[in-house]
Amino acid sequence: MSAPTQTLLPQGRVTPPSERTLSVRPSVADTWRQTLAMAWRALKKMRRNPEQFFDVTIQPLLFTAMFAFIFGGGLAGSVEDYLPWLIPGILAQTALTASMATGTQMREDMDKGVFDRFKSLPIARIAPLAGPMLADLIRYGIAATLTLLTGMAIGYRPGGGVLGVLGGWLLTLFAGWSLSWIFAWLGTVARSAQAVQGIGMMIMFPLTFLSNVFTDPKTMPTWLQKFVSVNPVSQVVTACRDLINNGDVTAHVLWAVLGCSIVVAIFAPLAVQSYSRKM
Amino acid sequence: MTTTELAVSAEGLVKRFGTFTAVDGVDLAVRPGEVFGVLGPNGAGKTTTLSMLATLLPIDGGRASIFGVDVASSPHQIRQLVGVTGQYASVDENLTATENLVLFGRLLGHSGPRARATAGDLLERFGLQEAATRQIKNFSGGMRRRLDLAASLIAQPPLIFLDEPTTGLDPRTRGQMWSTIRELVAGGSTILLTTQYLDEADQLADRIAVIDRGRKVAEGTPEELKTSVGDSTLHVRLSDKEQTAAAARIVERLLGEAPVLTPEAGGLTIALPDADRAADVLIGLRQASLSIATATVRQPTLDEVFMALTGHGAEQSDSPETDEEVA
Repeated sequence: MSAPTQTLLPQGRVTPPSERTLSVRPSVADTWRQTLAMAWRALKKMRRNPEQFFDVTIQPLLFTAMFAFIFGGGLAGSVEDYLPWLIPGILAQTALTASMATGTQMREDMDKGVFDRFKSLPIARIAPLAGPMLADLIRYGIAATLTLLTGMAIGYRPGGGVLGVLGGWLLTLFAGWSLSWIFAWLGTVARSAQAVQGIGMMIMFPLTFLSNVFTDPKTMPTWLQKFVSVNPVSQVVTACRDLINNGDVTAHVLWAVLGCSIVVAIFAPLAVQSYSRKM
Repeated sequence: MTTTELAVSAEGLVKRFGTFTAVDGVDLAVRPGEVFGVLGPNGAGKTTTLSMLATLLPIDGGRASIFGVDVASSPHQIRQLVGVTGQYASVDENLTATENLVLFGRLLGHSGPRARATAGDLLERFGLQEAATRQIKNFSGGMRRRLDLAASLIAQPPLIFLDEPTTGLDPRTRGQMWSTIRELVAGGSTILLTTQYLDEADQLADRIAVIDRGRKVAEGTPEELKTSVGDSTLHVRLSDKEQTAAAARIVERLLGEAPVLTPEAGGLTIALPDADRAADVLIGLRQASLSIATATVRQPTLDEVFMALTGHGAEQSDSPETDEEVA
């Protein structure tokens, strides 16, 4: 390593500011390209830190088998009869857990020096958030696929056919992506990655267990049924059941898609605003 | 935009963190093509000032413009004019050197081939081509800084902020960084750098602003700052240290003021009303047959300047280290 001897600037001299045209704001096309560049960075990171895949590989295998064998006999008479109820529920639960990890990892990433550079570049403020979230679709995809495969390995036969299963799979990915905006926003307001994880757990547990993931809410007290019915996770689960088990695009599917879109519409602007102002 | 426009113009910049005022009414005027040094101890508000000018922190009071563009109202334009190199290298640990530069190129809107070409070119110019495919976490501190500076040059910004570019570097790497900075200036870039090293400001900067506890306490060329503190000093070391007292009497007779003595080394530190009187002292000593080992006339060091301006040394400060927290 020696001191550079030639000129450091490719064209020899910098263009004076008076001869430059400055763009006023990034265009939609710019924003998309910058988001893709940030997603590329996130993919490179994932490849070098394979432990980022632990939650989306181990958990679907473990939870699917565990809950099927623990609750199957008691709740549905047999494991086989429980699987059509359980698998779509586990899909939604996995998406939620994985999206929480997205927020936690993003917060951790923001503490690094490279985010100072991202902030100093003339790029859309949403790109550093949207890029890693786009890349994390891969993680949700792995989680959903493994959940379905584990279910089939222990006897699940989805009645909705290939299209129904594909629909449920896509809905799971969309739900995971939408919910990750909540945790991304949390990441921009929380003090540390640990805080995101802690608060995330407090959000995640009621959302998964006070829902129809594991059992039919009819057996629950009336006040709890009310909460379960408005819980967005229940909507996604019911929609997934309709798609995967019956191949039906019911009103539940539309409600689930609408609900997830509303989550994005609320939390994406909040996250971007808080990221560009405070971080 | 005219050519006489200031590169940086800041008036009464203020930044508060809760009840603590980190930057308390700082004015800066940086001319195009110069190296402007912001000198001050840790926690003085240097990094905070730079962060506000680079749109990394909102401005709480006062106004700032860069090449005539208002910082607060046009952050996106400012980011196209300024390249920032941070106190802690702001490159991605998990990526290789090439991947880092390609990523920043892509983010700036360059095509894939162009981003890769620029990356290869910059790595070569900065002597990093052998480390191109290594992850940054395996880089030395000096290599990180160089890569960080290379990353700031992808967009070829007319104004470059260097936040403590050599803090923590060994003397050799530091020298390389200095020559790199001089080359940038030769290419027409304007540089605003912060440093807590007095010799660095002296070596590189055309003009210096001294910042202490969020306020500017002095501004000028290194020479002006040194003269503002006092006149020249003559340091004499005698061949025979037994003659120190005799020499002191001669100096006192000639100048009317007793010199500061270091008798164990045969040394006299003589404050001169003006540099020309050095000759009188040396002739006086010669006439008394006192032999001189060394004699130097010099201006006060910036260390002495800092001490005189702030009442405390440059290396210590009792204000909280806000710079680090927000960096």
